[in-house]
Amino acid sequence: MIDLKNLTIEKAHKSLKNGDFTAVELVEAYLEVIKTNNKNLNIFLEVFADAIEQARVADEEFKSGTPHLMTGIPIAIKDNILFKGHRVSAGSKILENYTATYDSTVVKKLKGVNAVIIGRTNMDEFAMGVSTENSAYGVTKNPHDPTRVPGGSSGGSTASVAIGGSLVALGSDTGGSCRQPASFCGVVGLKPTYGSVSRNGLIAMGSSLDVIGPIGKSVSDVEIVFNLIRGMDEMDSTSSSPPNSQGKRGNKKIIGVPRNLMKEGIDSRVLANFEKAIEKIKTTGWEVRDIELPHVGYSVPSYYIVTPAEISANLARFDGIRYGVHKDGENLVDDYFETKGYGFGREVKRRILVGTYVLSSGYYDAYYNKATRVRSLIAEDFRLAFEKVDLILTPTTTGPAFKIGEKVNDPVKMYLEDVFTAPANMTGLPAISIPAGFVAEGGVNLPVGIQFIAPHFAEDSLFQVGKQFEKIRN
Amino acid sequence: MDIKDVEKLAELARIELSLGEKKGLLKDLQGILEYVRQIERVETKETKPQIRPRNVWREDKVETRDFSRELIISQFPDKQNGFLKVKKIL
Repeated sequence: MIDLKNLTIEKAHKSLKNGDFTAVELVEAYLEVIKTNNKNLNIFLEVFADAIEQARVADEEFKSGTPHLMTGIPIAIKDNILFKGHRVSAGSKILENYTATYDSTVVKKLKGVNAVIIGRTNMDEFAMGVSTENSAYGVTKNPHDPTRVPGGSSGGSTASVAIGGSLVALGSDTGGSCRQPASFCGVVGLKPTYGSVSRNGLIAMGSSLDVIGPIGKSVSDVEIVFNLIRGMDEMDSTSSSPPNSQGKRGNKKIIGVPRNLMKEGIDSRVLANFEKAIEKIKTTGWEVRDIELPHVGYSVPSYYIVTPAEISANLARFDGIRYGVHKDGENLVDDYFETKGYGFGREVKRRILVGTYVLSSGYYDAYYNKATRVRSLIAEDFRLAFEKVDLILTPTTTGPAFKIGEKVNDPVKMYLEDVFTAPANMTGLPAISIPAGFVAEGGVNLPVGIQFIAPHFAEDSLFQVGKQFEKIRN
Repeated sequence: MDIKDVEKLAELARIELSLGEKKGLLKDLQGILEYVRQIERVETKETKPQIRPRNVWREDKVETRDFSRELIISQFPDKQNGFLKVKKIL
């Protein structure tokens, strides 16, 4: 029996190298966990039929090649990442029959080192949501308490890592979709710097915000995956490399806490847990001080203008003409209406209509144009803050995982889930959620996370502080 | 905002909606727009939008890309002799 619970990439790599177990045996152990749990928890939309074949190739690499740390490591991918020849539906009915015609750049990189892509995980339709309740294929249940949501939109990927359906996973993060579900599922989720990971082959939602991010049980696992998938890509003109010189701010290590963001709407137990985390961090040589981010409270309202605007443009392509579901109408234009009416779920329709509204003549200036300017002010707040502090710390979420059905009929309540996570997307900054304790609810211990935000391309600082915190959190 | 506005937006976005959906979306949209409208309070007269467009060029030369022609064609909802078939436009 392989001890999946305590397995890390580095441990697995060592065991694969020493011959303690093979990559085939390793993937079989994860497949067994999926088989036992998937019916109840609905984490994987599909386990790839060639997973064992991929593991066989990895075993060959260990016998006679130069294995990478990720060789033979079972990784799950969110259902919006293209893997050639495999189904990919973005959690939507409109793509239920769609097979990827090329590999996304991240999948190419995983294949390049013979990682084992085990399956595709459930998600909110087109990554729009914070609970996976918007998936056309049913909600994923939180492994800690199946009456609760796993968070979202990468809820399938975080639940997979939490239950041991894969050692690591990929998600995507547009407003918090790697970090919020990581917090709800008790795992680590990274939102990398905007542009640091290629989005070629990621089904687009909000193109000025989307980024692919790794999910794992430990900061070290997330770091290893990030280092593999990062980098400039000529297939994604928004991808970029870190600037050569990164401004260092002196020697004193300072973490800032934006208290103005925590005044209301936050669970008192989450806040108490957050204060405890701060006290622990202080023991490791960090100074923690309050900071002001005057406009950060406008992140969510401006996010829910900018994002729907980009969604209304990006999702226009799903028209039933070239691929995906096609519904026949009386003429070509009718085909569009019928296909979209049938293929898109409620939240997707909601956001397309909001986006259409805020971009329409007469409303553009008051909404979209205004929101892009508010976005600049938020970015400026962070820029000024990072002249005084190295990192910014917040809780990841306002509460622990909520009940399935609790918020599904109230979109604004759902949107407020993003209050701590959306600022990093609006500014392109990297951020990481790390498990930081539990909140007891109904006899169950529900995990909660804390979030560190760093300057652009300073993921290394996130990994460093994250590993420090992992050592002292218990 | 009333049901006519929802119908107009749905027409612009080319989405067929049932009457029940229109009613539900009207309520949702009213709530969402009321919530996001709070950004009105922010003073932005002196502020420029954050987005700074830039050109990204690459050499204009033909290169083979890794995609499956077969998979693309096999997924056309309608086709003829390997071409995508669409309804007449005019």
